[in-house]
Amino acid sequence: MTRPPGGVPPRPPGKPPARHAPFQIERQSFRRRRLIDAACALPLLGWVLWWLPLLWRGADAPMPASLVLVYIFGIWLGLALAAARLVRLLGGARNTSPLPEGDDP
Amino acid sequence: MSTLNLLAAISIAYVALLFGVAFFAERAAQSGRVRWLRAPIVYTLSLSIYCTAWTFYGAVGSAARNGFEYLTIYLGPSLVMLGWWWILRKLVRIGRNQRITSIADLISSRYGKSNLLGIGVTILAVIGTTPYIALQLQSVTLSVEVFSEPVPIEEAGNSLTAFWVAAGLAVFTVIFGTRNLDANERHHGVVMAIAVEAVVKLTALVALGVFVVWGLSGGVAATLARIDASELGTWQVNNGRWAGVMLLSAAAFLCLPRMFQVLVVENDNDAQLRMAAWAFPLYLMAMSLFIVPIAVTGLDLLPEGSNPDLFVLTLPLSQGQEGLALLAFLGGFSSATSMVIVAAIALSTMVSNHIVMPVWLRLREGTASVSGDVRNVVLLSRRLSIAGVLLLGYLYYALSGGRTELAAIGLIAFTGVAQVLPVLMGGIFWRGATRVGALAGLTAGFSIWVYTLYLPSFGPGTVLPASWFADGPLGITLLRPEALFGVSFDDKLLHAVFWSLLLNTLAFVGGSLFSAASPLERLQGAQFVSARAAGAGPRSWLQSTAESEDLMVMTQRILGPDEAQALFLREARAQGLEGELPAPTPEFLQVLERELAGSVGAATAHAMVGQITGGAMVSVEDLMAVADETAQMMEYSARLEAQSLELSRTAAQLRRANDKLTRLSVQKDAFLSQISHELRTPMSSIRAFSEILRDTQGLTRADQNRYASIIHDEAMRLTRLLDDLLDLSVLENGQVNLNLTEGRLEDILDRAVSAALADEAGSGIRVIRRRVGEQVRLTTDVERLSQVFINLISNARKYCDAEAPELQIVVTDARGQLLVDFIDNGSGVAPEAQDVIFEKFARVSDQKAGGAGLGLAISRQIVTRLGGEISYLADRGGAAFRVVLPVRQEMAAQ
Repeated sequence: MTRPPGGVPPRPPGKPPARHAPFQIERQSFRRRRLIDAACALPLLGWVLWWLPLLWRGADAPMPASLVLVYIFGIWLGLALAAARLVRLLGGARNTSPLPEGDDP
Repeated sequence: MSTLNLLAAISIAYVALLFGVAFFAERAAQSGRVRWLRAPIVYTLSLSIYCTAWTFYGAVGSAARNGFEYLTIYLGPSLVMLGWWWILRKLVRIGRNQRITSIADLISSRYGKSNLLGIGVTILAVIGTTPYIALQLQSVTLSVEVFSEPVPIEEAGNSLTAFWVAAGLAVFTVIFGTRNLDANERHHGVVMAIAVEAVVKLTALVALGVFVVWGLSGGVAATLARIDASELGTWQVNNGRWAGVMLLSAAAFLCLPRMFQVLVVENDNDAQLRMAAWAFPLYLMAMSLFIVPIAVTGLDLLPEGSNPDLFVLTLPLSQGQEGLALLAFLGGFSSATSMVIVAAIALSTMVSNHIVMPVWLRLREGTASVSGDVRNVVLLSRRLSIAGVLLLGYLYYALSGGRTELAAIGLIAFTGVAQVLPVLMGGIFWRGATRVGALAGLTAGFSIWVYTLYLPSFGPGTVLPASWFADGPLGITLLRPEALFGVSFDDKLLHAVFWSLLLNTLAFVGGSLFSAASPLERLQGAQFVSARAAGAGPRSWLQSTAESEDLMVMTQRILGPDEAQALFLREARAQGLEGELPAPTPEFLQVLERELAGSVGAATAHAMVGQITGGAMVSVEDLMAVADETAQMMEYSARLEAQSLELSRTAAQLRRANDKLTRLSVQKDAFLSQISHELRTPMSSIRAFSEILRDTQGLTRADQNRYASIIHDEAMRLTRLLDDLLDLSVLENGQVNLNLTEGRLEDILDRAVSAALADEAGSGIRVIRRRVGEQVRLTTDVERLSQVFINLISNARKYCDAEAPELQIVVTDARGQLLVDFIDNGSGVAPEAQDVIFEKFARVSDQKAGGAGLGLAISRQIVTRLGGEISYLADRGGAAFRVVLPVRQEMAAQ
């Protein structure tokens, strides 16, 4: 649809931005797509992290349960907070983005 | 006994509170104060019905028995919620766009509104949910018994508690679950009550956890140390079960009828989902945070052999914390009730929509029914279904008698409903999925689940003979229920999950690949897979208003704003509503449909109105009718187009004719003035010279002669002019007599050339002839024909403007016709004059006007009389005339 910001030719130094608005728009939509990618990657990350303890049993000394509990709940909290942050950012990006991607009417 | 009375009083007070909350929410909804009812936090809390009494009591039991495996039950749903962008967002939008009322409805709608699939999913859901409801009743009964004198668990089934709980819940669900028949199946009262229950159970569990961690164990560090020192102290988990149960719980989270009800059906807007995406994982985390501390402390402090499923209650009781125990009881009670209520609503919707109503409608087929009639039947069938579902749950409980640990039943049910997952995911992501595939997949998954997990769960020898477990049915070892095809995971659950989901998916994909989808199925598939939010904005709380607005928007598009507004105003007045939109009553819809049909056709109008009101879905027949209408319109417009093309052709012809007439008229006018001039000039000389002759005395004889011959010449000129006019008039009126004789063309041309060039002295035009071609005998009026030739030759002589004028006379014999071409090397006749030169009075140029412009007109009349034709040949260099003559002149004059 739109080019990533990398596709925008660099502005000569000292010259004011001639087409300020399109650049902003592109950056907004780019940012929004990155956020959606992140939202999609989040459950995969959680999945991998929560399956990681399965590989711990091969260690010489058995893993203490308290450590695993702290690990699992720590990830849980982290994922929830990351999701909250993403939802907030996505909401903000949607409000300003001129390309709503069929998100809301 | 007093404790039991207290419990009963607390329970009743709690249920009364729920009634109050639900009632208040319904009232608020009806008066339109909906903002807080639709708040994302309410939606998020309502999702907590995932945490049932099984979770509340059973998780601690599971932790005490199996260590950390209980966590997977929460981790799976957390992942699903965190990945809301992948599945839930789409599912929720489909639910809103298609007005899905249950998971059975979703599957049935997606696969071409197949009622067979709807029935299948409904049966699966009922079988999967009944033990679950029994589980809730059992947990309430067990928890009540904890407070009374110790009773052996075996006798628990005899208690009447379960019956009264079931009956009470049935009443609550009937009252708030079937209050209104909303197209969207949203129950604001129930959802609000569930949100309150979510808070109660979380508070209870957290309070107990805080008491255990800080009250009994002495802080976080001490608790962690205690965990490490206990039986659960080292990280030990079955890899297969950790992965399998996480997947299973994630699948069940999407497929459980009650979860689908709160996740999709009760969903109102995307904002709710966005909050739930992060808040619900947090809720689940809070719910599971204190499970291990409670389990470890219970194992430490309570006597050997205590039921770990009841640690939540027995632990505070053993420490003398009656209040905390009561709070925990209330938490467990609310977990059980909220699950039962929503499950009953979801199941009753499915049973009523997919089993009872189709049967009733079939029985009533042919008899006319009023719409209010059906409405009451639907409500009644819902109510009966609710009662039936709860009765089933109670019977299951009473018959099984609280035999197994709580967690086992829960996982068996999970596996059952997870069979819907492949069909569900395929339905919303794969357009190629078909009804046949879905049926095959569900059948395969369901039968393997029943055979490998559900029936064996009753124990060897109960339903399936014990010999089957050892040697397989009829001694076929490959078909042993717990080691299908020789594969054993050392775990019944994993074995069943593996085989049922694998074969389910294979059958689904295979069936879809090898079957064709009906048109309706393809249509629905496309709509589901490419579901976008367009047009699916948050529906208004007041359904009817939203519909009327949608209808208004659509009508404006079709009829135009003024007419649409007038129509709606008129209908609103007819309904007695002033200044509002009319309610979408059947009468109004009929009127509207009729109005729209005038513009877009009856079938299209029906489909459009049906689509918006959601009552009637578009059937394939409707679509066919729409296509028919469209074809008719296209044919009609094609005919119109042909007619208009013909009209424009005729118009062009008329325009050309008119142009010609105008030019002729102009020429005639010009000629009239010309001929007056022509007549006047000789007349003037005749008058002048005759006056001279009369009045002048003494004229010489020579003068008299000169003047007399001038008068004579002029009179001759006049006579010639009048002769020409007369000649033409005679020819035109067909009164001429042809004098047919035989002659050679060469002779006729010779005579014509010499006559035409006779009065030309020397500087004449050079005539080029090829005499070979002229040796043709003709039967014709020789005099008249030579008159035509003379006219053509003298025209060439007069008008050819070349330096050295030349005239070619070319004779060709062409299939019984003789073509005589007269071609000069001048500039020819101007294109705009070409089609009028044969008209009377036409003259090419004024300045060279030697004659009256009648020559060619006379020639044309003559040639026509002779059975030929004369035409002007364009683009031959100079002026070129062609005379076409029949070789055998047989045509006589009339």
